[in-house]
Amino acid sequence: MVAELALFMFASRFRDLEFPMSNSTSYAARLCLGCFISLLALPFGTIRAGEPAVDFNRDIRPILSDRCFACHGPDAETREAGLRLDLREAATAELESGTTAIVAGDLASSEIIARITSTDPDVVMPPPQIRKPITPAEAATLERWIKDGAEYRGHWAFERIERPSSPTVKNGSWPRTPIDRFILARLEAEGIAPNPEADRVTLARRLALDLTGLPPEPKAVDAFLADGSPNAYEKYVDALLASPHYGERMAIEWLDAARYADSHGYQTDSSRSNWPWRDWLIQAFNDNVPFDQFTIDQLAGDMLPNPSHDQIVATGFNRNHRINGEGGIIAEEWRVETIIDRVETTGQTWLGLTVGCARCHDHKYDPLSQKEFYSLFALFNNVPETGTIMGSQNRAGGNSDPLYEIASKEQKNELARLQRVVADAEAAVTAEAGNLDDLLVQWENSLGPVLGGAESAWEPFEPLELRSVGGASFRRSEDGSWLVEGQNPPRDTYEFEALLPGQSFGGVRLEVLPDPSLASDGFGRGGNGNIVVSKLEVEIEPADGGDTVPVTLVRAEADYEQEKWPATAVLLGQAKKGWAIDGHDPTKRQPRQLAVFPAIAINVQENSRLVVRIRQEAFDGHTIGRFRLAITGADPSVLGVDGLNLPNPVKKALTVARDDRSPKQRQAIRKFYVDRSGGATKAAEATLGAATKSLTNFRNTLPSAMVMQEGPPRDAFVLIRGEYDKRGEKVTAALPAFLPPLPEGSKVDRLSLARWIVSRDNPLTARVQVNRLWERFFGAGLVKTSENLGSQAEFPSHPELLDWMAAEFMEGNSLPSVDGQPAKPWDMKAFVKLLVSSAVYRQSAVVAPANLAHDPTNRLLSRIPRIRLPGEIVRDQALATSGLLVPTVGGPSVRPWMPDGVWDETSKYGDLRGYKPDTGPGRYRRSMYTIWKRTAAPPTMLLFDAPNRETCQVKRSRTNTPLQALALLNETTFVEAAHGLARRMMSAGGDTPVSRITHGFRLAIGRQPTADELDTLVTGFKADLAIFAADAHAAGKYTGFGLVKPPEGTPLPEFAAYSLTANVLINLDEFVMRE
Amino acid sequence: MNHHHVLRVQDALNRRVFLGGTAGALGATALASLLAPGGTAAATGSSGQVFPNFPAKAKRIIYLFQSGAPSQMDLFDPKPEMEKHRGEDLPASIRMGQRLTTMTSGQTSFPVAPSLFKFAQHGKSGMWFSDLVPHMARHADRWCMIRSMETEQINHDPAITFFQTGHQLAGRPSIGSWVSYGLGSDNADLPAYIVLTSFGSGRKDDQPLYDRLWGSGFLPTIHQGVRFRNTGDPVLYLADPPGISRDHRRATLDRIGALNATRGSLLGDPDIAARTAQYEMAFRMQASVPGIVDFSDEPAHVLNAYGPDIKRPGSYAFNCLLARRLSEQGVRFVQLFHMGWDHHGGLPAAIRGQCHDTDQATAALLDDLDQRGLLDETLVVWGGEFGRTIYSQGALTETNYGRDHHPRCFTMLMAGAGVKGGLTWGATDDYSYNIVTPDQKVHVHDLNATILHLMGVDHLRLTFPYQGRDFRLTDVHGEVVHGILS
Repeated sequence: MVAELALFMFASRFRDLEFPMSNSTSYAARLCLGCFISLLALPFGTIRAGEPAVDFNRDIRPILSDRCFACHGPDAETREAGLRLDLREAATAELESGTTAIVAGDLASSEIIARITSTDPDVVMPPPQIRKPITPAEAATLERWIKDGAEYRGHWAFERIERPSSPTVKNGSWPRTPIDRFILARLEAEGIAPNPEADRVTLARRLALDLTGLPPEPKAVDAFLADGSPNAYEKYVDALLASPHYGERMAIEWLDAARYADSHGYQTDSSRSNWPWRDWLIQAFNDNVPFDQFTIDQLAGDMLPNPSHDQIVATGFNRNHRINGEGGIIAEEWRVETIIDRVETTGQTWLGLTVGCARCHDHKYDPLSQKEFYSLFALFNNVPETGTIMGSQNRAGGNSDPLYEIASKEQKNELARLQRVVADAEAAVTAEAGNLDDLLVQWENSLGPVLGGAESAWEPFEPLELRSVGGASFRRSEDGSWLVEGQNPPRDTYEFEALLPGQSFGGVRLEVLPDPSLASDGFGRGGNGNIVVSKLEVEIEPADGGDTVPVTLVRAEADYEQEKWPATAVLLGQAKKGWAIDGHDPTKRQPRQLAVFPAIAINVQENSRLVVRIRQEAFDGHTIGRFRLAITGADPSVLGVDGLNLPNPVKKALTVARDDRSPKQRQAIRKFYVDRSGGATKAAEATLGAATKSLTNFRNTLPSAMVMQEGPPRDAFVLIRGEYDKRGEKVTAALPAFLPPLPEGSKVDRLSLARWIVSRDNPLTARVQVNRLWERFFGAGLVKTSENLGSQAEFPSHPELLDWMAAEFMEGNSLPSVDGQPAKPWDMKAFVKLLVSSAVYRQSAVVAPANLAHDPTNRLLSRIPRIRLPGEIVRDQALATSGLLVPTVGGPSVRPWMPDGVWDETSKYGDLRGYKPDTGPGRYRRSMYTIWKRTAAPPTMLLFDAPNRETCQVKRSRTNTPLQALALLNETTFVEAAHGLARRMMSAGGDTPVSRITHGFRLAIGRQPTADELDTLVTGFKADLAIFAADAHAAGKYTGFGLVKPPEGTPLPEFAAYSLTANVLINLDEFVMRE
Repeated sequence: MNHHHVLRVQDALNRRVFLGGTAGALGATALASLLAPGGTAAATGSSGQVFPNFPAKAKRIIYLFQSGAPSQMDLFDPKPEMEKHRGEDLPASIRMGQRLTTMTSGQTSFPVAPSLFKFAQHGKSGMWFSDLVPHMARHADRWCMIRSMETEQINHDPAITFFQTGHQLAGRPSIGSWVSYGLGSDNADLPAYIVLTSFGSGRKDDQPLYDRLWGSGFLPTIHQGVRFRNTGDPVLYLADPPGISRDHRRATLDRIGALNATRGSLLGDPDIAARTAQYEMAFRMQASVPGIVDFSDEPAHVLNAYGPDIKRPGSYAFNCLLARRLSEQGVRFVQLFHMGWDHHGGLPAAIRGQCHDTDQATAALLDDLDQRGLLDETLVVWGGEFGRTIYSQGALTETNYGRDHHPRCFTMLMAGAGVKGGLTWGATDDYSYNIVTPDQKVHVHDLNATILHLMGVDHLRLTFPYQGRDFRLTDVHGEVVHGILS
């Protein structure tokens, strides 16, 4: 008895993990210890001498699977000595060595016995380096099994689910549901009595937390207590099942499985907003969508005939995976990872199998081949996606295609309008493209003369007339330049009038030259040799005598610019600005050129006149002393001051004869022309660009859901070692052979898969789901390894109960009605109601020493286990208790308080940066609505064992650490909750500390405090009050922390003392436990 | 009831647990070792694991992770021949069809970019370092330089995840979590695995870090790395709310403990006392952690040795000294992550900045550990998630180049407990592109196996059952690199 009590202690310490381990006893060490103890003490797993016959599935398969299958199991690649132990025929056949592993009834001839009992390290199996020896007890079990005939049975979880009848029990008054008969029969067989029913207050809180994740309001508890009707409990349960918060509570574990988050994951981890899927999920639970439809909608709703809005949104389940947008990735590699994630997640969530093991090789334990894995892969392979983020930006985030837009009527109208604008613009682009070929030929012809280079591009240009506004005169040199003489005003304007040589004007070039005759041998007529051109103007006088037309110059370029005196200044002609050339610096005396251009070449009549006006009005004494002009008729878009201004690939393409150009060269010329010509094509393309951008921007403001679609089929292959680029045999979509086949003639696609998963013949789905639901309400599954029901699973503690519930879940025959609605097949609410209606569930949590002795880990359920609430519920409960909770269901994710730097300390990459907590309702919404960035998830949730949602997770650990204590004591939200609870205590708890603290206790814990508890709290409150009264400054600081303020006129010391009492209440063990 | 009483209750519970065990199913030997203090934890499971499996060379690890992947040929792996091949295309005989990232796979040429930095031999061992890391070079005879590291991953996220967890996809426990799980903690007031992060001179939007890098995967959450933060409290929620004094907090904890004890005795559930014990540990952490991050007790010469950044909390230098202080307190696994090594372009300037951030403090840490007699029992590891290419990403000029990711060879350094100082292990070809010492290749799994080995843990035995399988850090791979062990 003492020993067994100790065993329980160990087991319990192991279950509720502590941190850190100061005595240096590692967790791994204790885990092993735990295993050891469970083998000795638990009535499962290993049989004792004198017990009835060996059960293959319960007693033998776990040993063979764990110790032998890795080398002697389903995977042919790694099979040693030709021995296969997972099939009887193979295990009992003669081996190449001449021996036989298992000879039924004959221990001496069974090589396996010789091997496992050998002490010779070269002979013993498993080999010592595997480090998984078979214990003497296990060897004895194997011997008994062989002696009894070495009977094999299929793995229990792969056998069809048949509904066992419920057993008879001695204590016929205890059971309330068939479940209870299974549990009680076992307890009676072990000589244990179950606990009595818990009191109603405890049940009220237990049910409210389990079914809605929120504590019951005192009013609801009082009503329940006062209800003397025989179905009071049922009414209370039905009311909770009808609450909109029921769906929220049920969704939490499903969100983990679905790896739901608000970011894309991986390196950038930018934002997405797939919350419409999350809201669908909550609603589906609230609407009690049967689990079979719930499954089909999520896996293949898009493939149903005429799918509803909800059925399309539901498929977001398999779009919640991460998407890698990292710059250097090969998209196909990550598309493959995405699909593998879907296969693994689907297998894990519905079938409780680790199909992912077969990615690289045949499964080591379960009869799933690598080829079958890729046949499943093929079912998910046709989604039109690339493997990287699509339709939005890696860093900026946004939902990735394929999407389903969720718009209001007005939004749909606007969307249609914008789509029409885009369509019109596209039509215009297409129309212009028709003209483009001709334009290109024209353009190219116009380039002819200039292709040769600068000298052929710019033609020297002789004036008809040359004038100085200030009265200077001009002398022509032999090189065509003009020396300015005579009058020398401080500022001047030269007018140069000439006959245009051709029928096109593309630009004019001014060249200034130094000359020994000028001051300081410089460029200018002023003293220091420098010049400033303040503006260049060009006009054309048509030959027919029409009005002079000023030419709009759009571009100016020079081969040299003095700092702060750029060429572009001459386009504007602003005061005290212009183009200068450091002419005062004797080392910089070389000819300088300035060219100005219109946007496109201007067609002119023959014999038109050109006027070039060179204004020099910015600066005294900086007029030009010597210059000449050149002109061009070529397309200005290709010209620079020193000649042809074409990118090399274009220049090169133009030198190739038109018919000999490669498509790439043709494209280069076309793109260059369109970009630079400013012609109609460019305008059309610009319009299209703008229209598309408007459409995209508008779309980004619309809610959308990431959904599944079936695109054109892609080929699928076995991927050798699971690597995306090592394709082996081609495969077609198929289901694993060890599970029942599809109905004859079914098309093998994702929809068929979904229907097959929830077919009555599928042995796994219902077992997996009822086991997980059981785990939620009873702390551990009947199969403790709720994440795996394959060959390596723990044998169920109550196999018949598991099958009974699975059959009931699928068929709905004896499930209770909910709110008067008879149960349907796969009825989730009815099934949950069945669980919480049971006598097992209604037991008290008191640990009876006698039961401990017999059943240290409570697998027999002689009491209800106390369960640490999930992090979300711990926080939600604090918010509800304090009256801060904003109970709105659904909508975009929100930003509650989080410490500074959670996002930014480790990443400034994507758009999820600079977290700012909401100060409005978003601060106090339920935790499931908190924006979830996968690589930096909400820290308090992580402290309370939430997964980071990077991959599917169907089971959370439940630990107990000092960091949790720090969060509950000090985290801003919990301090605000304490302030909030203090407000409620003071406003509705009467006038005395006793009544107020009693009220607070009931709000937080549900029940009334005992006299002792009340005394401890009131004494503590008075001490706190004294401290705060003596230190008003401290009271002010504490009450001022966070956004929840004391009621108007409340003395701060008093409020602070109530708040600290509230802080104690929300830190009680009982507060964070479902009891 | 005061807190002493609470502790007494917890003590009594513990004693009941242990003494009960003696009389019960456990043998006295197993129990004795379970109770033994000072790191000789024990276990007797069905498979008989005992951690450490053998005497550990290293009691603790300080792992200086250089996130983004430092360029080996600019720091540790000199390739003087490359000057002759400047600007030439990387020969196909060297590239051997190597997969490229899509950042450079579109380049039409792969011009060889010789390092701009001068290399010299240092110490008695003549180990090579470039002039970027003069301080680290001082410790030539302490470092074991592995030039023959290799990995399978070529993009940052999967590569760093692979390094930390032995698997490229999220979901597995990190190396520090495994160590915490295997060996527990040597300090009553601090977690076994602490993580420190720093941005330096690099681009602020450079390669990010992820919670998963120190996450516990499927191991219980208590083993996840506790990241000391650079903003606000060093440990989340460490500070009491303003206006609450220590004495006052003590009083509220006593009240919580008393109420929990009342409930515990009513229900008979020892888990309740366990929770109270966690509150006590939280209280002790509140006292001990602020002292650890307060460097005012360090003499000036120690502070100065780490360089001027020591004054900036959250800098690499600050974290190095903090790592020493945490190690001193018995924290088993301290891991620094310094960001900013992803030099696709403008490498010469950027790497100078990174080395300025890290070189002096890394060297000072070794000195500091040594002077305190800690280096012999502390393993220091320095390196990033992969290497970089000899060819330039983007244009190569006389003074500038960039380098893309390269998984086929790169350099890591180890020093301290259990490794051969002054040893250069493995070699690469003239292009630092392939390992030319096939028997000295060190795969990431091998490195992790070796680190565990130095901690006294057989990587094959440190397993956790999950999804029907025994998982380990090294997956189904990993060989201890005996050649580098002292």
